[in-house]
Amino acid sequence: MITSDTRHTTGTLVIKSVVALIAALLLFAPFLFQDVRSLEVAARICIFIVLVASFDLLIGYTGIVSFAHTMFFGFGAYGAAILLKQMGPGWTPVLLGALAGVAVSLVFAVAIGLLSLRVKAIFFAMITLAAASVVLVLASQLSQITGGEDGIIYKSPDLFKTATKLLTDADGKVVRLWDVKLNGKLAAYYFVFITSLILFLAMLRFVGSPFGTVLKAIRENEARAEAIGYRVVAYRTAVFCLSATIASLAGTVYAVWLKYTGPDTALSFSIMIDILLMVVIGGMGTMWGAVIGAVLLILAQYYLRDLMGAASEALTGVPLLPELLAPDRWLFWLGIIFILLVYFFPRGIAGTMMTGRKGA
Amino acid sequence: MSLLSIRNMKTDIGQYAVLHDISFEVPEGGVFVLLGRNGAGKTTTLRSIMGLWTPSPGSVQFRGEDISALHTAEIARKGIAYVPENMGIFGTLTVDENLILATSNGRFDPARLARIHALFPALERFRDKQAWSLSGGQKQMLSVARAIIEPRALILIDEPTKGLAPAIVDAMAEAFREIAQTTTILLVEQNFAFAKSLGRDMAVIDDGRVAHTGTMADFVADTTLQHRLLSLSL
Amino acid sequence: MTARTATLSTYWDRAGGVNLLPVAVALIAFLLIGAPSSWITLTVAGLAMGMMLFLMASGLSLVFGLMDVLNFGHSAFVSFGAFISAAVLAGLGGWLAADSWVLNASALAAAYLAAICFGLIAGWFFETVIIKPVYRDHLRQILITIGAMIVAEQTILAFWGGTPFSVARPHFLEGSWIIGDVSIEIYRAFAFALGAGVFVLLYVGLNRTRIGLLIRAGVEDREMVEALGFRVDRLFIGVFMLGSALAALGGAMWAGYETLITPHMGADLMIVVFIVVIIGGLGSIEGTLLGALLVGLMSNYVGFLAPKLALASNMILMVAILLWRPNGLRPAVK
Repeated sequence: MITSDTRHTTGTLVIKSVVALIAALLLFAPFLFQDVRSLEVAARICIFIVLVASFDLLIGYTGIVSFAHTMFFGFGAYGAAILLKQMGPGWTPVLLGALAGVAVSLVFAVAIGLLSLRVKAIFFAMITLAAASVVLVLASQLSQITGGEDGIIYKSPDLFKTATKLLTDADGKVVRLWDVKLNGKLAAYYFVFITSLILFLAMLRFVGSPFGTVLKAIRENEARAEAIGYRVVAYRTAVFCLSATIASLAGTVYAVWLKYTGPDTALSFSIMIDILLMVVIGGMGTMWGAVIGAVLLILAQYYLRDLMGAASEALTGVPLLPELLAPDRWLFWLGIIFILLVYFFPRGIAGTMMTGRKGA
Repeated sequence: MSLLSIRNMKTDIGQYAVLHDISFEVPEGGVFVLLGRNGAGKTTTLRSIMGLWTPSPGSVQFRGEDISALHTAEIARKGIAYVPENMGIFGTLTVDENLILATSNGRFDPARLARIHALFPALERFRDKQAWSLSGGQKQMLSVARAIIEPRALILIDEPTKGLAPAIVDAMAEAFREIAQTTTILLVEQNFAFAKSLGRDMAVIDDGRVAHTGTMADFVADTTLQHRLLSLSL
Repeated sequence: MTARTATLSTYWDRAGGVNLLPVAVALIAFLLIGAPSSWITLTVAGLAMGMMLFLMASGLSLVFGLMDVLNFGHSAFVSFGAFISAAVLAGLGGWLAADSWVLNASALAAAYLAAICFGLIAGWFFETVIIKPVYRDHLRQILITIGAMIVAEQTILAFWGGTPFSVARPHFLEGSWIIGDVSIEIYRAFAFALGAGVFVLLYVGLNRTRIGLLIRAGVEDREMVEALGFRVDRLFIGVFMLGSALAALGGAMWAGYETLITPHMGADLMIVVFIVVIIGGLGSIEGTLLGALLVGLMSNYVGFLAPKLALASNMILMVAILLWRPNGLRPAVK
């Protein structure tokens, strides 16, 4: 099994410093990378760190695989999106949307947990997959509410409008700090950054709590934990609910940032695949792995495809290779890397570094 | 040379060491009884012999040949049969299907089948019934029958009397005596009365180690030893 | 009170028990639909779909029953079967266009054989290379088979591109039989008959042969079969290959049924296949057939009565059945 050993080895220090560096880069991102695309990438990284970490609570700390994580993400996103569309921009629809998303997520999580965890853990993967796909289809069919395949476009609260001036100088123009306009876009980014940071720290706190210790005991030896008297099903359902809640909140934040919510940004199965890849590549059961996995994959998504496109063009004429190197085929290579990682480094990058070579 | 010899066997299940040091010799013929408290490691010993857990290398010799690294199926083909504690009956198969599965070529040897039906008449009466519908005692009979439908040198039997009515236990003892005339039995048993009526040699396992070996007659005579090793309230 | 419940339940079992569920669904649908001609068309469509789903699901169910292996990459066999058979049919366009019943049928047979052969070979590769290293480790099994599914889907995209691929059908399977005001698509009747034929072969193989006996016993208690002297792991490779071949055949038939296929078809069908397997109970082909027919009928009826609820109806069916029987309708182990 995957064990997380947090002794302060060199590897642990390296991982923690990398994570600290990432946090610092994200904190100063608007000032360091002054273009629209980079800020987009930074915000996406923040949200996916939370999303992947909340998935890690489930897969890494209980060893069960859910395919419904994007469903919860979607509940949060659609909750805020629908209310922002109906009620107009403001904080009330965001809060109500977040609450509604969490409420729906909890209902689904409890129902799925009690239905499948009670019977056989393996059913869980299948049932969550089925549930998530039904919700995806429903979202695209109920177009009056969800906007169908096209999704919903809406305005975020006034504070986050690009035209909003956070500070004005004597002439009434927006103040620049190191050449960066202190406008609503900046406020929106820091809203994303701070909420993500809070959620991530809350999860770290949770993992270190006595509850987290029980989870580790269950993961190491389910039968023994049961024998000692822990109600495994209850614990698993509780973690499933917590993980769903955080995913839903991350969805709400993403919806506010993007000002658009549709099946492709909030519900699709490819997001689920991304989350799985991120958590496994980063390292299950460590929390730090989620950070590393999310950063690596999102950077790859945005920048590796350009590289692959160039490689594909360079190889024109060679059979099949150009097709496999086409930018759209990047998942092919990730899939292969993923399989190899699960075989040879099941602890992922963070897990392997932190425990050293001994038990890989 | 003994039929089966266990030397310094250690077995880990996952990360837990369950057997620390098991050594005993099962001579050819008769019933050898393994006694011990609950959780002492008796079932793990049988499963390790059968290759269902991996014992330490070189620790299991059968007719002088090391079988500790063989696959369970190969161990079975060497002539060792296993009657597990849960009986291992295939419930959706009929009684006859359960038996025919255990034959090496898919055909009954009429003489052996007749012997089984003489030992356990119920198995003839219910031959076309699905095995899940049998009573507990009949299931136990089926499990034992399955072990002797082919000629075997050694049968490992795990707590055959558990949960059975006294009358059936007596019938079972009778059957074991008959089987033991041709086949060696290694019997794990909690029911001391049953065990002492059958056993010739015996060993006591405690906390993953062999605490005592000897003849059953000596052990029955030494009540202090019995109390120390088994805490029996007879 | 207890006595009365007992008689009721005996009566229910004697009448066929859970096997009656598809009939019950069909009867209720008849009342709701009203028009007998539409009902017959939908029922035939549902049975045909059910049979194809059965082919796709049976391997998954047996593989899980025998070795406790859950293969999330199973859908890759379905997609590849569909694309390979479509490519063979496209390649044999001359035979299909020829005005000869024999050549038409040969083209179809060649396409199905290609799919089956692919399934056998890919199944062997999948079992020995991908699955064997992760026996008994569900988490890694799920992850690795998901990874394999991604790679397979991307490979199809690289070979055939992302645009829908149209599938040729032999002439003699085109069109419908018209009886009164009832019309039955010939391809659907054909799919049902072929699927039913495969089920009968599987059933006889499992119930009347020694290997079948070993498989049924292995599904119940693998260790005990090994303790009786049989290598279940070697048997398992065979079952895995057979299951993959059946899935590929199911995919090939599905391709002809849909006539337009996309690389995502396997992943989309996988959801339905999982629902079938869960409803039926893992490890038994009778259960899988029951689940497949229920899902096939339900999808078609609901698709007609309330189109938007078609997929959700399967989900509701699954939840209802799990609440009633947590292990599915006919699990292999009693």
